[in-house]
Amino acid sequence: MKSVRPSLVKASTKAPTGIAGFDEITGGGLPRGRTTLLVGGPGSGKTVLALQFLVHGVQHCREPGILVAFEENWTRIVTNAESFGWELAELRRRKKLFFLDAQPLTDLVQSGNFDLGGMLAALEAQTKAMGARRIVIDALDVVLALLPDPVARRREIYRLHEWLLAHELTGLITAKAGGDEASTLIEQPFGFMQFMVDCAVILNHSVALGVSHRNLRVQKYRGSSFDENESPFLIGASGLEVAVARKPGRVDAKVTNERVSSGVSRLDTMLGGGYYRGASVLITGFSGTAKTTLSAAFAEAACRRGERTLFVSFDSDCTEVTRNLASVGIRLERYVRNGSLRMISARSIAGSAETYLVRIKTLAQEHGARCLVIDPVSTWYKSGDDRTAQSVADRLIDWAKGDGITLVCTSLLDEMSNRTESASPLQISALADTWIHLNYLVQAGERNRGLSIVKSRGTAHSNQVRELVLSDAGVTLADTYTAGGEVLMGTLRWEKERAERVAHEAAEVAAKLTRVRVDAEEAELNVRLKSLQTELVAKQVEKALLVRTTQSDKGEVSRGRTQMKELRGADAAIPGRKVNPP
Amino acid sequence: MSRRALFKFRLYVAGDAPNSAQAVANLGALCRAHLPDRHEIEIVDVFLEPKRALADGIFLTPTLVKLAPSPVKKIIGTLSQTQIVLQALGLENAAV
Repeated sequence: MKSVRPSLVKASTKAPTGIAGFDEITGGGLPRGRTTLLVGGPGSGKTVLALQFLVHGVQHCREPGILVAFEENWTRIVTNAESFGWELAELRRRKKLFFLDAQPLTDLVQSGNFDLGGMLAALEAQTKAMGARRIVIDALDVVLALLPDPVARRREIYRLHEWLLAHELTGLITAKAGGDEASTLIEQPFGFMQFMVDCAVILNHSVALGVSHRNLRVQKYRGSSFDENESPFLIGASGLEVAVARKPGRVDAKVTNERVSSGVSRLDTMLGGGYYRGASVLITGFSGTAKTTLSAAFAEAACRRGERTLFVSFDSDCTEVTRNLASVGIRLERYVRNGSLRMISARSIAGSAETYLVRIKTLAQEHGARCLVIDPVSTWYKSGDDRTAQSVADRLIDWAKGDGITLVCTSLLDEMSNRTESASPLQISALADTWIHLNYLVQAGERNRGLSIVKSRGTAHSNQVRELVLSDAGVTLADTYTAGGEVLMGTLRWEKERAERVAHEAAEVAAKLTRVRVDAEEAELNVRLKSLQTELVAKQVEKALLVRTTQSDKGEVSRGRTQMKELRGADAAIPGRKVNPP
Repeated sequence: MSRRALFKFRLYVAGDAPNSAQAVANLGALCRAHLPDRHEIEIVDVFLEPKRALADGIFLTPTLVKLAPSPVKKIIGTLSQTQIVLQALGLENAAV
């Protein structure tokens, strides 16, 4: 395995430790062929780090290693490290690892000066025999304490160092140091050692507000740049895990335009289509503003799409969460049953924010989660100091982005301390891509939930405050009304809606009425028109009749006169005067 | 423990390093003074026999191992503080 950042360091100058984060801090590992000093208090993780360095060398770098144990014998070390799954006994059997038990006997009698010549001779033989490249001298302080004076100690340290350099072994010397302050813990002869070695690492284990914190600091590293800050670390299931802040050299996460539903269709509309895939969403609000419900709606929608989802609740047990959500129509049991949803109640996990982060990361990776809900992330604020919680939150978002996981965090705002939206305790708000704020509006004897989108990077989003309505049919958003500069919600909104509905109905009825009246008038006019037409026809007939009657009368008169003349026969017939019948 | 028992010693040294050379000299003087004619000294040079040092668990030099009489006892250092050495060997009375 090559170093983590091969582009920046020559692989040959660094010996990777395989410790997540540590190789990043040191730019590739410990100085190859040089000596590193590892100091720390009791239980600070020195031996674990050293063992991990050796095991990684054997398993990934083909570098057999030797552990010189001045404090514990090898069987105890192997037993203690069993849980990490390093198969130390197996590596020892294959002669890839050698444990040199060098514990001074308890009844050891000492008279006068002595030196480490015997050990170096033994090591020399062993190194040659197995081709060892890495060597750990664990708890050198134990043997140094036997030496009668500082001069002798110095001399032996020098001898050991010279020997390591001469054999080009990558050496790691661990030494105990008490106390917490790095500046005071290094007393002679370690002080001298720190100047002598090429790299010095300090492990620290402290308790802040009852919560254990471990951190690691590289004090010096000759000829190499390194991260000089204290980095929190954790002894996890597979060894040390050092938390590192994102470094500029890291590749940016893949960005996509894909949208995922928030689980509430009107909210999707408000966001212009939903959250971005891989975005980090923060939902803030006071207690009881339906943060959990809104985040669960997202989880349900994700499961419906068939995406594996992890839901971490810091508030209540999973069964409680599912039961409570069922009452608002969010049914998660079936997804838990078919395995797409994993619900974790983290209330029981005691520890620092660092522990939470590592646990969540592990769980998410185990589950193959594409969507992650943490409810609420503000719990981290409680456990330990703010600075750690902040740094953990930063790394949570960074990690989720790097893995393309869509993250929804809720954050509880303290109602007592600050009612302004700007104070999200963890200041995640600055890092989150989308920030949804839930609020109460107490008005007219009611408490109603309001939802607004404070920010949503890269998407057009609605500026409207909407009322969040929870019912057994699910989560919906209702329009709110503003009246006289006040937002109306709940009953007031309902009243306003009803008034509008009534007004609308009245207008409709009125319109209908008018139409009926007009229709009637039209019908009436039509009737009148018809009767007038009939009358007209009658008149015309009458008129025609009148004309005919008049003409026939005239004919009758002339015919009658002619007949009368004929009958009388007295007058001669008048020529040219013929009477034609009409 | 018998006052006349034979003392068998093995002294691991690191070549001719000053501490080792001193130990050889000190052990010789001590044996001559307190265990005349009843001691055997085997000197093992860890530089010449590193495997043996490894097998015997000798890491600090010089180391004196008293093999007999039992119990086996290890003393590290130049053996310059004779009183401590004699005490460890069960010879404190002899020193008086």
